[in-house]
Amino acid sequence: MKLDFNHIQAAHCENGVTVGLLKNSGVKQITEPLAFGIGAGLFFVYIPFLKINNGPVIAFRSMPGLIFKRVCKALDIPIVRKKFSSKEAAEKFLNDCLAEGNPVGCQVGVYYLPYFPKEYRFHFNAHNLIVFGTEDGNYMVSDPVMEGTNIMSAYELERVRFAKGALAPNGQLYYPKESKPVTDEQMVSAIKSGIKRNVFNMISPLMGPVAGVNGITYTGKKIKKWRNKLGQKEAGSYLAQLVRMQEEIGTGGGGFRYIYGAFLQEAHAYIPNDDLLGISAQFTASGDLWREGAIQAAGIYKGRLGSQEDFNVMGDYLLQIAEIERKAFVALKNIKWQ
Amino acid sequence: MKKEDVPQDLGALGKITKEVCYATDENGKYTTELSNGWDVKTTALDTAWQNVEERIATAKQKVLNKEASPILFFMEKSLMDIEILAGYTGFWQWQVKRHLKPDVFNSLPEQKLKKYAEAFNLSLADLKTMTINEA
Repeated sequence: MKLDFNHIQAAHCENGVTVGLLKNSGVKQITEPLAFGIGAGLFFVYIPFLKINNGPVIAFRSMPGLIFKRVCKALDIPIVRKKFSSKEAAEKFLNDCLAEGNPVGCQVGVYYLPYFPKEYRFHFNAHNLIVFGTEDGNYMVSDPVMEGTNIMSAYELERVRFAKGALAPNGQLYYPKESKPVTDEQMVSAIKSGIKRNVFNMISPLMGPVAGVNGITYTGKKIKKWRNKLGQKEAGSYLAQLVRMQEEIGTGGGGFRYIYGAFLQEAHAYIPNDDLLGISAQFTASGDLWREGAIQAAGIYKGRLGSQEDFNVMGDYLLQIAEIERKAFVALKNIKWQ
Repeated sequence: MKKEDVPQDLGALGKITKEVCYATDENGKYTTELSNGWDVKTTALDTAWQNVEERIATAKQKVLNKEASPILFFMEKSLMDIEILAGYTGFWQWQVKRHLKPDVFNSLPEQKLKKYAEAFNLSLADLKTMTINEA
């Protein structure tokens, strides 16, 4: 049985799943940038004392699952979200949902994802995909980062839904409880609340020294010390990890800034305040700097660069980015909504 | 980033699927463009894999020197850490740490070894002898 479902490719998996599920349930207006902005997806945090894959933990995104939750809440759409301790119960629940005609979002680990290239298979458990049909014991899967849809066996799907380690999905699935259209007025208020939330997360002093814009400054200062503290090679690996978190695992740094820039342009169509367009351009500038920074980092981990001066330049990129983003979010904070 | 600047350096993912990128057109308006990959990203990934290879080699040497049990080697080979391995085998983390000692490993009952063999997708014999079957 295959549900009537349109696969949508997206830059980031959770945006993509949110858009796919909501479009399917009647929210015609939703796009990837709108989902990202309304869900206040832009974030930054450097978590000290903790390591992943033997490198620093730097996240460019909000906690997995939050974008879908926030967007549905802002648009007044009730959702179903379940985790399971039993694999059988998890499969049965999924089958029941499909039988009722609901495509379902699933949190999965990528290590055993059969259609991913081997080079990308790390133990990363916050990936999202949509299951939209079943046939002969196989499942039809729409993974938003892929161009087309894929088929997975029941065993393969079970294995990724019950991947282990940090952020283990425990078979988590979610979908909108009912189909209903959303009015443009609802979109306007959802956009405003999304922007306000993102402003808070990035520049509120309550977020502390390692999160938001402060976190970017903090990381910039840290990077300058990495070479002396860790030695050339380890410092290079740390930077490679930064770039992977930034550009690979969900298009973090540069990519997210561009999506946010696109969000502000789309927001302008609902709320014709020209400040939004100017601020959008600032996010574009910040995204460009994140990418230039990544090129500098690549110079270091490839071994082409490596002096203390090169690390200083790298750190300064982040300090400069923090400054631009602080200004952009302050400008968003000061917008006078009619 | 301008639309025409979206990188098109064929990488591992690019051979299987293209990625969506947001970029601006000539009027500064955002649009999407497909990318084949980006060298900067590819080399970051390569660096990560080099680190993995080094860790595997170190682990292998430790096993050969009888400083660690083959579990360490297969754990690194599967890119796992103790937390992940504990998750897949159902052991506690302190148990996994204990099982990394060669003496403890050698005295483990078959039933416990089986859990590791399953987690690594290996036969019991391969687990004990640190044999890799690239199938």
